[in-house]
Amino acid sequence: MLITIKYFGQLTEITHLEEEYLDFEGTQVSELLDTLYRKYNTLKTKDFQVAQNQELVDENTKLTGQEIALLPPFAGG
Amino acid sequence: MSRYSRHIILSEIGQEGQDKISKSKVLVIGAGGLGCPVLQYLTAAGIGSIGIIDFDVVEKSNLQRQVLFGTSSLGQNKAIAAKKRLEDLNDSISIIAYAEKLTHQNAIQLFNEYDIIVDGSDNFETRYLVNDASIITNKPLVFGAIYKFEGQVSVFNYQNGPNYRCLFPHPPQKDAVPNCSEIGVLGVLPGIIGSMQANEVLKIILGIGNALSGKLLCYNALTNDTSILKISKSQDTINSVLKDKDNFHEKQLNTSCDIEVIEVSIKAVLSNKNIQFIDVREVHEQPKIDDLQVTYIPLNELESNINKIKKSKNVALFCQSGIRSKKAVSVLKNLNINNCFSIKEGASEIKNYIKEHYKTVYNDK
Repeated sequence: MLITIKYFGQLTEITHLEEEYLDFEGTQVSELLDTLYRKYNTLKTKDFQVAQNQELVDENTKLTGQEIALLPPFAGG
Repeated sequence: MSRYSRHIILSEIGQEGQDKISKSKVLVIGAGGLGCPVLQYLTAAGIGSIGIIDFDVVEKSNLQRQVLFGTSSLGQNKAIAAKKRLEDLNDSISIIAYAEKLTHQNAIQLFNEYDIIVDGSDNFETRYLVNDASIITNKPLVFGAIYKFEGQVSVFNYQNGPNYRCLFPHPPQKDAVPNCSEIGVLGVLPGIIGSMQANEVLKIILGIGNALSGKLLCYNALTNDTSILKISKSQDTINSVLKDKDNFHEKQLNTSCDIEVIEVSIKAVLSNKNIQFIDVREVHEQPKIDDLQVTYIPLNELESNINKIKKSKNVALFCQSGIRSKKAVSVLKNLNINNCFSIKEGASEIKNYIKEHYKTVYNDK
């Protein structure tokens, strides 16, 4: 399944891109995250939430979406 | 024509809507990058009573984005300086300045005086305090936050909707997310995000359109990409805040660092010969300190460049102002590198000190 992964905020400083496409065969959001942690080794140390098809989900959710977004909190004001 | 005629002629607002605006009370937390545009539009719109809470003073580096202030406001308390400017913008409303820090001790009583709370704060501790106090006092909270070129907007605790803890249950690990004063922000970005917050406030008061309740709007100023993500309500987070409400006023904002960061003056550093100097600024930042042998590792690349740190030396970290270098020390101490400290002075002061006192410092032999 071809998945679009979007990165927000300071996560783009780790990935050096805002969006990428990944051909992924796993079935859980958490499996996709494990793959991303292997690709970007400091990603795991960051706080973020996951949205699947524009809806925030728990990482133990079944992977159904074409779009996954990784969303960190922002402090600035 | 009246001051509000352009509102009143809109069929969606009318005199009835304008009366609702005039009767409403809004509390704005922070008169900074977000607070300034929020306050400007709410004042112009004729919100009957506006509270501003901010303990900080206006600095020159604020003027690039905090548009209520000018050079004549430098050094003044932000809440008081904002009130002065806003009273000129609209003298028919009531503006109350609280020149103090929002704390667990004053939040509940203050929130009870207002109908809607707007979060324009710049740190997570205040954001979670504002969120929890909004739940306890049952006030809608219009949230906005920014990072470099990106912003987030949402409406929390509105009509039984989710709150900030439904999105991010706990504050991130301390120092994990830098703020504007440490990493910079495009000046117009808080203008856009703050204006969106003001818009949400007016929609809530007027009961028109769809408030961003249960949704997080993410905006990118560089690409103009806007995403709206759905947030589910977690009753557990609300219950746990409410369960603890009797102890709320006893909590303290923990502004000190968990890890002790040693700060040393450049004078003291230079009296020690076994030092590795590390510049944690971004590569483009000036001035460079040519008289020292410096290792360049920007703060956000520090963790992946630990191999460049010499374990046999004392590690002196510096940056533009001494803030990022303190964060860098925390990062290193978390990785068990303990022989490190932050130089109090920023790069310009360090350069000047060396120029005045030394010809060249040989530290790396």
